[in-house]
Amino acid sequence: MTTQSSDGWKQIVRNGLIGGAIVVLLSLVGMVVAFGQRYIVSGLFTMGHVLMLAPLLLLAYTTARRADGASVGSRLWLGGVSGLIGGAVVAVLVLIGHVVNLRAVLVSASPDLYQMLRFGVPLPLGALIPPLAGLLAGVAGGALALIPPRYRNVALQPILILLLLGLLRDLLVTMMLNWGVVGYLFRWMFAAAGMSVIGAIFVLVVFGGLAFWRAWRTPAVQRQRSPRQQMVIRVVSIVVIIVVLVFLPRILGTFFSEILDNVGLFVLMGLGLNIVVGLAGLLDMGYVAFYAIGAYVMGVLTSPELGFFSLPYWLALPVALVGAMLAGVLLGLPVLKMRGDYLAIVTLGFGEIVRLVVGSDWLRPFLGGSQGIQLIAQPRIGPILLNTQQELYYLILIGCLLAAFIAWRLKDSRVGRAWMAVREDEDVAQAMGINTVTTKLMAFAMGALFAGLSGTIFAAKLQSTYPHSFNVLVSINVLSLVIIGGMGSMPGVVVGALVLMGLPELLREFAEFRYLVYGALLVVMMLIRPEGLWPEARRKLELREAREA
Amino acid sequence: MTTYVLETNKVTKRFGGLEALKEVDLQVREGAIHSIIGPNGAGKTTFFNCVTGFYQPEEGDILLRGRLLNGLSPDRVTRLGIARTYQNIRLFKNMTAVENILVGMHCHLKTGLVGGIVRPPRTMREEKEAVEEAVRLLRFMGLEGMGDMMAMNLPYGLQRRLEIARALASKPTLLLLDEPTAGMNPKETQDMVALIRRLRDELGITILLIEHQMRVVMSISELITVLDYGAKICEGPPAAVQCDAKVIEAYLGKGSVQDALQAVAAQSAPSASPPAS
Repeated sequence: MTTQSSDGWKQIVRNGLIGGAIVVLLSLVGMVVAFGQRYIVSGLFTMGHVLMLAPLLLLAYTTARRADGASVGSRLWLGGVSGLIGGAVVAVLVLIGHVVNLRAVLVSASPDLYQMLRFGVPLPLGALIPPLAGLLAGVAGGALALIPPRYRNVALQPILILLLLGLLRDLLVTMMLNWGVVGYLFRWMFAAAGMSVIGAIFVLVVFGGLAFWRAWRTPAVQRQRSPRQQMVIRVVSIVVIIVVLVFLPRILGTFFSEILDNVGLFVLMGLGLNIVVGLAGLLDMGYVAFYAIGAYVMGVLTSPELGFFSLPYWLALPVALVGAMLAGVLLGLPVLKMRGDYLAIVTLGFGEIVRLVVGSDWLRPFLGGSQGIQLIAQPRIGPILLNTQQELYYLILIGCLLAAFIAWRLKDSRVGRAWMAVREDEDVAQAMGINTVTTKLMAFAMGALFAGLSGTIFAAKLQSTYPHSFNVLVSINVLSLVIIGGMGSMPGVVVGALVLMGLPELLREFAEFRYLVYGALLVVMMLIRPEGLWPEARRKLELREAREA
Repeated sequence: MTTYVLETNKVTKRFGGLEALKEVDLQVREGAIHSIIGPNGAGKTTFFNCVTGFYQPEEGDILLRGRLLNGLSPDRVTRLGIARTYQNIRLFKNMTAVENILVGMHCHLKTGLVGGIVRPPRTMREEKEAVEEAVRLLRFMGLEGMGDMMAMNLPYGLQRRLEIARALASKPTLLLLDEPTAGMNPKETQDMVALIRRLRDELGITILLIEHQMRVVMSISELITVLDYGAKICEGPPAAVQCDAKVIEAYLGKGSVQDALQAVAAQSAPSASPPAS
């Protein structure tokens, strides 16, 4: 008993310290202050406060949940102590900051930060505020652990939805303002920044009630649906999604359409890379090369500036796509024998080579060097020139749908099975009669095709293309969104692109911390949800079964 | 001259200074169940790897029904009618049982990239027939109703069976089994032996197998080849091989040959059934 409780104490102290350390880190990199103006509920609390308290709450929750067989009171107490310790760490930061000028080294350690961490209370007393807040967050975390798992969502879902609505306030209000009754509702629910207090209460009550009703109903009504019902549900949801997708740019307006276009271009690339990495298991880190090739072939063929050709977009498109596919095959040939990390390094180099070649002075007369290519043609359908974000969106949408269709069909075909077999065990795949050379080259070519298409649209959208648009970060972004969305899963690509490419654009504060968040997100995902945000059905199954086994 | 399904002439395989196979001659008769035995590291699996094209031998010829296999890649060899299983089961773990078998059928299906996307009636028919065939194979191997299970989630014995089913899917005329009963309990072993006989009797597939369990080898084989340090030291029907002094020496070491001989004879006496014909 004594050893167990001493272990328990170690756990509590450790979790408390981790929580405190996370908050200190978030504070010192400047996230807390940066998000201090992003109100979730107007005048009440900001995203900065969430960043301050959520780590303490979550770690208190884990502490309390691990304590098996503890009584109700002791669980609350455990959580509270863990939160208190975390808060104390923050208080130490506040006190140090008062005595030493940390700002000389840590730029973000501003008076504003301390002000926020103390919740505005002046110092002698203010030093007690973080531990107190930590205690409360910890007790809340402990309380969360007390709720039976089935009903935990009843508490969590409305809070998460509130957070999301608060964060996306600008987008939602712009979208819905002119929608009559909905617009009126939204004006009532949202304030100038974040949600109005009454709106927040409304959201908590409505979504809390909904979640409760669902949790309470589940066991009584069998959730088993007949295949026919499933079919109907699937068809209806697809129709709804398509209708929404078609009208989305109208609803969103110019600014958000621009973001949507960027997300779409990355979805297109993600779908391609998903074939290469997710299905065929070839770790391609130089994926941006094909994006660049698509854009540059489009540029060379259509720009009158260079004076070779001035083809229209549609004539140049097939050439660009074939060019990208050929490049895919060309990259594939030398790396056929390579696996895993070696492949990653070589493809990484390939991506850089393409960027350096298109930017080189040597090829300046042909590719424009570092000045890039301007006056690239935009697609024209009959009399309509697709040149605004809202119009180009449809081109991107069609590209994405086409890519998704192709990827979906291929996955469940002879070729798709061969890709998966190569991913699983290349030697055995070959011993089963699969020509691994052509199979791998096909994967590279298909991946390159989608990236090339994305590149042509990118070039047409900007009407210009520059070498610096094609640095290695693009490859990393695409790879990250595939992994975070869920390897091999197509909805996962969309979710990944929305989270990694869309959110940072919507929340300007994010942009600065983009790669910090990426890194953290990747680490956390691999630890707690290795299958991704929206995993492929089969992968979810297999990881869950493996965990249970 | 009798027809041999597989014939090797003085096959030698070296890894650096090590001669893993030394001038191995082997003839596998049509419709035979032929075993290769030998102590660990004798070169049995290396021999399989050479036959399937995974390794290229430095010297010697490998012939499948008189056709030279040297220099062919493993996928080409498979297309010519040799299929194999592995000592340590190597299924496509994250694919379902049916998918594993469909991969095995790869070289008999024709759908390419475009066909897979457009799915003309021909492709649909081909897929449908392939899945039906896969289900038939599952039934034959006693894996009925497990088609949608992840290969990794099948119990061990069934994984072995699935691996054989996958090999059968490529419609081989010669099947190489690398220790098909490894890690199995007596009951499972018995079933596997019966199954191997059925493969030969019902499907007419010639079988070459590596096996460690002497009881299995002696009961099932019509001919046994013994390898030691990469060289063939003995060949003959089970009764002859188990009394061969060189074989016993290879397994037990020099010295107590006489004792060992008696011991082996005593041990295998009760189970010495005549080989199936």
